[in-house]
Amino acid sequence: MAEVINPQNILEEISVSDLLRRALELKKAGFRFSQAHAVYNSKDNKYELSYSFSDYSTYQLHSLRVVVDLDTVVPSITEIIPAAVFYENEMKELFGVKIEMISADLQNKLYRIEVDTPFGPKKEEA
Amino acid sequence: MANISRSPWLLHYDGSSCNGCDIEVLAALTPVYDAERLGVVNTGDPMQADIFLITGGINEQNKDVVKQIYDQMPRPKVVVAVGVCACTGGVFKDCYNILGGADTVIPVDIYVPGCAARPQAIIDGVVQAVGLFQQRLDEHNAQKRKEA
Amino acid sequence: MGKRSVIPYGPQHPVLPEPVHIDLVVEDERVVEAIPSIGFIHRGLESLVDRRDFNQMTYVAERTCGICSFQHGMGYCEAVEHIMGVEVPDRAKFLRTLWAETSRMHSHLLWLGLLADGFGFENLFYQCWRVREKVLDIQEMTAGGRLIFSVNKVGGVLKDVTDDQLKFILATMDEVEAELKVIKETFFEDYSVKSRLVGVGVLTAEQINALGAVGPFARASGVNVDMRKLGYAAYPHIDFEPITSNDGDCYARCYVRMMEVFQSIDIIRQVIAKMPAEKDLAVAVKGNPDGEYFMRVEQPRGEAFYYVKGNGTPNLERMRIRTPTFANIPGLCEMLKNTELADIGLLILTIDPCISCTER
Repeated sequence: MAEVINPQNILEEISVSDLLRRALELKKAGFRFSQAHAVYNSKDNKYELSYSFSDYSTYQLHSLRVVVDLDTVVPSITEIIPAAVFYENEMKELFGVKIEMISADLQNKLYRIEVDTPFGPKKEEA
Repeated sequence: MANISRSPWLLHYDGSSCNGCDIEVLAALTPVYDAERLGVVNTGDPMQADIFLITGGINEQNKDVVKQIYDQMPRPKVVVAVGVCACTGGVFKDCYNILGGADTVIPVDIYVPGCAARPQAIIDGVVQAVGLFQQRLDEHNAQKRKEA
Repeated sequence: MGKRSVIPYGPQHPVLPEPVHIDLVVEDERVVEAIPSIGFIHRGLESLVDRRDFNQMTYVAERTCGICSFQHGMGYCEAVEHIMGVEVPDRAKFLRTLWAETSRMHSHLLWLGLLADGFGFENLFYQCWRVREKVLDIQEMTAGGRLIFSVNKVGGVLKDVTDDQLKFILATMDEVEAELKVIKETFFEDYSVKSRLVGVGVLTAEQINALGAVGPFARASGVNVDMRKLGYAAYPHIDFEPITSNDGDCYARCYVRMMEVFQSIDIIRQVIAKMPAEKDLAVAVKGNPDGEYFMRVEQPRGEAFYYVKGNGTPNLERMRIRTPTFANIPGLCEMLKNTELADIGLLILTIDPCISCTER
């Protein structure tokens, strides 16, 4: 039997204002940035953003969850974690999440799609 | 020189496929299947290619690339759509960024089915393309002679 | 200081079959900066969740990438099974491990071949691909497809492997091992291979950590990380240690992947030796997924990340796939800085890029 290292995934709900502080703390604690993604919750009409960090040696997955309204401006974590640049551009382009101060803001030209925010809120038919 | 036939050169471009067909196109050219024994050579240069193998569907960003590659190829030319995505859009047909199969932007002569298309099917497509290319070449030459 | 100029690299180019575009800022022959732009293969398959139910999504997930197709299906199914609290039968777990390792083998052999082609050793390229066909034969025989074989489903697997087939797999493994030993010698002893790979594109463990790289790319820089240790499928029953190297150059990456092929052969032998006799392949799944789960699996290219969120209806609310290449792109850009223009193709190859996965 091989040793199994499978710690319980941690999901921590935080507010937008705590995002940068917690990301910095996790980085200082030796976590690497693993991924970030957005979910559009059509029931509550909100975005759920998840930022996942994991540790190379303990395999611990620690996710930060930020729930924001559609027009809330979210600060970019690229200042702290440069590797997050593609993830944040993706959120911005596909979901329409308002993220400011991305270190390399591609201005919705990451995938260069014709449709506006295909994963975001459905536009009312005029 | 009239009775010497030319070896057509192959050009492969991956549209928005899942990579499965691309790898099978490559596998069809490697020793076990060896499509090159049919007198074709794989090239990376559109300006020297006669047969265009395209895999994957067409999306907003690569439609211009595909058109450009097609236009760069000298006439006569043959287009082979490899795999179900290049034929119709396949499993991704309903995705917001897929316009459809390769025939939405360029004329396609031969459709090779499969997900992923098997090397045997790809070779069959290439054989048909070689025949069609020879036919077009003959017509092209006859036309040229008539004009001359 | 020389004059700076920008060279566009791609999308249609001879090194990779897939389109990738990189703007290389060069100063004479040295690359100063590399700016990747992606999106040539973006399909938007994650958006299909509102038109396909969660069982159908298995087949869409498998078509994220044609090379690690099986592992994509497995990762997605395991995530849904976690949400629904389904315990997969043991035999299904072992079969999943078997197919996961054959896909790792054929993916690594493919990469070794492309690498050989990248430094102009065409004979070696063809030898790797010739051996790879034997692995594909196993997949075709047991699952019915060469690359995309769709044997996963939520709750288990769809096909069983007979005892005769297991014997055939063992015999093929012996053959492949013997042939690989010869290929390995060429890769590690030949001076022309060494002169192209040793000391090229070095990344340290600290850089890997800061850039969040995963998989063999990280392991080649001495970072001991392998998601198989998380114990999904039948990996808790398998003895193995992640293969690492400390050099962090192209040669080390080649070493790690080559040794992982041998490791996969070993794992496949263990799987067949420990294969449970009960013939249960799947459990019936009732109801719809409600909840969310973060799932990580080790693909040939590294850690793949699946996030699945269900809302109690047959259609999922969100499926998110973060593929290993997406995590390795920052590492690639860092590695490309300050290298010779002639090495660019080789360096891009050594992260084992899978652009189709990355853009989904």
